Amino acid sequence: MGSQKRIAKELAELVETPPEGITVELADESNLYEWTVHMEGPDGSPYHVQRKIPGEALLPTGYPFKPPAVSFATKIYHPNVTTDEKGSMCLGMLRPDEWKPSSKISAVLQFARQLLAEPMPDDAVEGRIAEQYKNDRKRFEEIARDWTRQYATS
Amino acid sequence: MDSDGEMMSDVSSPDDFLDTQASDDDSLGDGGFGDLDTGFDDDNDLFRQQRNPHEVEYKVLNPAEVERERQDQIAEVSAVVGLSPELAAVLLRFGQWNKEKIIEMYIDYPERTLDRAGVGPVTEGRATTEMIPGFLCGICFDEGDDVESYAMRCDHRFCVDCYRHYLEQKIKEEGESARIRCPGNNCQHIVDSQSVELLLSGEIRDRYHMLLTRTYVDDKENLRWCPAPNCEHVVDCSVKKRDLRRIVPTVQCACSHEFCHGCSLPDHQPAPCTLVKMWIKKCEDDSETSNWISANTKECPRCQSTIEKNGGCNHMTCRKCKHEFCWMCMGLWAEHGTSWYNCNRFEEKSGSDARSAQAKSRASLDRYLHYYNRYSNHEQSAKLDKDLYLKTEKKMTSLQSQSGLSWIEVQFLDTASHALQQCRQTLKWTYAFAFYLARNNLTEIFEDNQKDLEMAVENLSQMFEKPIPELAQLKVDILDKTAYCKKRRVILLNDTAENLKNGEWSFNVEW
Repeated sequence: MGSQKRIAKELAELVETPPEGITVELADESNLYEWTVHMEGPDGSPYHVQRKIPGEALLPTGYPFKPPAVSFATKIYHPNVTTDEKGSMCLGMLRPDEWKPSSKISAVLQFARQLLAEPMPDDAVEGRIAEQYKNDRKRFEEIARDWTRQYATS
Repeated sequence: MDSDGEMMSDVSSPDDFLDTQASDDDSLGDGGFGDLDTGFDDDNDLFRQQRNPHEVEYKVLNPAEVERERQDQIAEVSAVVGLSPELAAVLLRFGQWNKEKIIEMYIDYPERTLDRAGVGPVTEGRATTEMIPGFLCGICFDEGDDVESYAMRCDHRFCVDCYRHYLEQKIKEEGESARIRCPGNNCQHIVDSQSVELLLSGEIRDRYHMLLTRTYVDDKENLRWCPAPNCEHVVDCSVKKRDLRRIVPTVQCACSHEFCHGCSLPDHQPAPCTLVKMWIKKCEDDSETSNWISANTKECPRCQSTIEKNGGCNHMTCRKCKHEFCWMCMGLWAEHGTSWYNCNRFEEKSGSDARSAQAKSRASLDRYLHYYNRYSNHEQSAKLDKDLYLKTEKKMTSLQSQSGLSWIEVQFLDTASHALQQCRQTLKWTYAFAFYLARNNLTEIFEDNQKDLEMAVENLSQMFEKPIPELAQLKVDILDKTAYCKKRRVILLNDTAENLKNGEWSFNVEW
């Protein structure tokens, strides 16, 4: 299956015309399946700081028939991102039964960034944070901002 | 065999969307409790052959019959709405195989129904693969005029290799069949069987068809696979999920396995499914632990925390509330003065108060253990009875030669053993059922029935312990006792089933 060709093409497109606030590169030039992603916190969101938030996209060997995995390298306080060291992102479109082989990583990353701007508390992985997001938005934003400053800039 | 087509009408009313699916199956009910309803016409209506209250109507189907039933429904809908059978199948799956509802929906809102079902706009022509100039596959990015490609009616075109790979993965790895959607981004169209036929072949295509039949059975509430190992039969029974509070739909497969159509567990009459699940869970959590707790611990007289005595000294200090008491008499330690290791204050007032509080909490544990021990005893005895029978069976051959009985004539042991197993199974569950029953007049009748069945079972069970040569002489006796056991079982089950159906039981738990 021509997955290498597809990945190379997707990568080239992303490098050439990167979507707003997102840059990607290979973590290691010899490996097409591990990408380093830098994401700018959307304006007005508590994730908007000087530096871009680092993360990665891992492509399984079965890509594009199997979904990629997207995660943040630093801790993010967000209802849809796990607070463990993995920082994995829970996106409906990345679930094996939802994923379509014609979906593109570019779309996934843009969706992820959109999620930073607008969390989906009803689809949360961190229930406690989702609760807070719904009931005490101010406090949520404070903590999220603190975390971003503390972790993403160091 | 009776097949009274009207019996189910009082427990289900074909009304809302999902509940009408079996309403057209008038053919239900041949095949079933052949050997169970013999000889008990004493309290039945003389003019009408009637099923016992604890029995339900059902039909056993083999895989070919299931597939035929599926095809018949597809053909019927296909003919009425004028769609190809493949698309009619997608529609039916969407409507959970409720033919009437689907036809009605389609006639009222054809486009919307097709769209929601994942069929999309219907166009003419059969599915074929094509080579299109300037084609670029959106999955592998291969391009060229000679790339063979395929698209369904939604027109999301991909190269045949990618399409095939996608389908294979869905079928092989995810076990999907009727729910595979077009590989196009965000496209909800279902890949119909015609497309699969075109793209796949051999083993994987067979697997696809097998999965389709399987989803059909899984989709329909009235169908259930026989859970026995290696059994491929399906049982059709129209008792609805919401009726499971009032009915315990027990069926017997063609492979002779008896199970509950509501939950697939082995026959658990007279206890309803929900109580059975509660009981099983309770036993998993509790049984061994409770026994241990009962034997090794006491509750703190003040805060009721359970305490294990881990040293020799009777001067106990509760970790939780710091209450100091004597392990022997449960009285305040302060009242013991200096008689440290030799508690002789058995009649102290505080001690007897504490003991009565403790007695209360013990009583609930004891109550559970009472039922649990009897439940597990019957389970154990059923196994032992079976072992004993298997040994006996070997000797049945010798019995034939010793006593001159024919093979047919020694079959009474087989019948007796089966009855014994079945009655113990029922008895076992009567104890789980009784655990949740609140006491009233009905429970007394129930307990009498339980006692009668238990005695009958023990009497029959004893027979199996007799030496082999005596068995031949006991044949008539064993046959009598077997019939009596069966009769007692039916009496008990009918009583409980009727009370359950009429909502007469009161329970000590919410369920």
